[in-house]
Amino acid sequence: MLSTFNFRVIWDYMGLFLQGLWATAWISAIGLTGALSVGIIACMMRISGKKFLSAPAIAYIELIRSTPLLVQLYFFYFGLPSLGIRFTEYQTGIFALSLNSGAYMAEILRAGVQSIPGGQVEAGIAFGLNYLQRLRYIILPQAIGVTIPPMLGQTIVLVKDSALLSLISVFELTRASQILTSERFMPAEGFLTVAVFYLLLYYILKSLSGWWQRRLIHRQA
Amino acid sequence: MWSFYFSQLADSIPFFLKGLWMTFKISGISLVLGTILGFCVGIARAGGIKPLRYLLYIYVDVMRGTPYLVQIFIVFFILPEWGIQLAAFPAAIFSLTLYAGAYICEIVAGGIEAVDEGQTEAAMATGLNRFQRTRYVVMPQAMRTILPPLVGQYVLLIKDSSIVSVIGLTDITRVGWLTVQRIPEGIMVFGLVGILYFSICYPLILLSNWFERRLRAQGG
Repeated sequence: MLSTFNFRVIWDYMGLFLQGLWATAWISAIGLTGALSVGIIACMMRISGKKFLSAPAIAYIELIRSTPLLVQLYFFYFGLPSLGIRFTEYQTGIFALSLNSGAYMAEILRAGVQSIPGGQVEAGIAFGLNYLQRLRYIILPQAIGVTIPPMLGQTIVLVKDSALLSLISVFELTRASQILTSERFMPAEGFLTVAVFYLLLYYILKSLSGWWQRRLIHRQA
Repeated sequence: MWSFYFSQLADSIPFFLKGLWMTFKISGISLVLGTILGFCVGIARAGGIKPLRYLLYIYVDVMRGTPYLVQIFIVFFILPEWGIQLAAFPAAIFSLTLYAGAYICEIVAGGIEAVDEGQTEAAMATGLNRFQRTRYVVMPQAMRTILPPLVGQYVLLIKDSSIVSVIGLTDITRVGWLTVQRIPEGIMVFGLVGILYFSICYPLILLSNWFERRLRAQGG
């Protein structure tokens, strides 16, 4: 089946693929930054113990987790204009991606915070540290270590999810292969090549996560 | 204007229910098949015949390392070039099953590896063969660790099934996409689509949480 595989076309379009790879990388990077910001805020609201803060955070997290990203994407893409908000496709896409991953990040952070023994927080209270100080000096430094591997896992999901942005005509890796397919009608060359690029990103992130996990075990031992 | 669109949307409720049924069919069938596949390859991978094991690692990595959107394009557009022409429905089932199988394989293999080595040794000493050991000793214990992430994975897969709308299957997402061309109120239309997904996924999330609490209470 590889006999019909046209490597020349892939080579001709390599510039387009690399542009797509670059676009996927920066879209994911901005999306990740957004997701972390949203996730930290939502997590802090959720564990604050104050109903008026935790209730909206829980609603946000559960709503995001029970609906597909594609539906969220269409919701904002078709919905924001009727509210009079004009975003470009890129802005809508990155906005939806950040909100989506933010909910998962919030849950990962919460698990990390809850993994810290209650006695430490009590010790902090006994020292007279306030909530923010306890968070800054006791909880976060310890929680971040254990949350890095699941966060990298979520980053992998985010990179893959960014492929959906091609459906609202954002140019990125998957879009590049759709362009090749429509111009030359060579779906095999297009889609298999981007699959390889995605695998590359996946292995980079996965080995980063593995490296961190080994470091974590060494530190604890 | 809003109320006009609202009544129009209310008129297209049957269309949405049809889409809901399609989502049910696609995710139901591929979850059942994916679970069977996932358990088979998961048990095989934990079993440890070396070449098979590496092959399964590659399978899982390829499925988990590429977006499902790209996978469904590959199945739908490339397989025909190689002489395997699949209609949209079987293509969706096929790709979603393979995709689900990889994630479930990982969960099952992880659950089996979490069972204490001594259990297998004790079963061997009792004279149980490989099948009996897996069936009566290892799996019943592994199931406790497998269940919570398995149900959580089902939620992710049902949500990913929304992507089959891109190859023209009229599931809920595609119904929303078609409706929004007529009723240009994205918030309303995709709000309704979201509610339908929520009503399927949220109970499953609660179920997964319940399994997890039960597991922790048992001291697993």
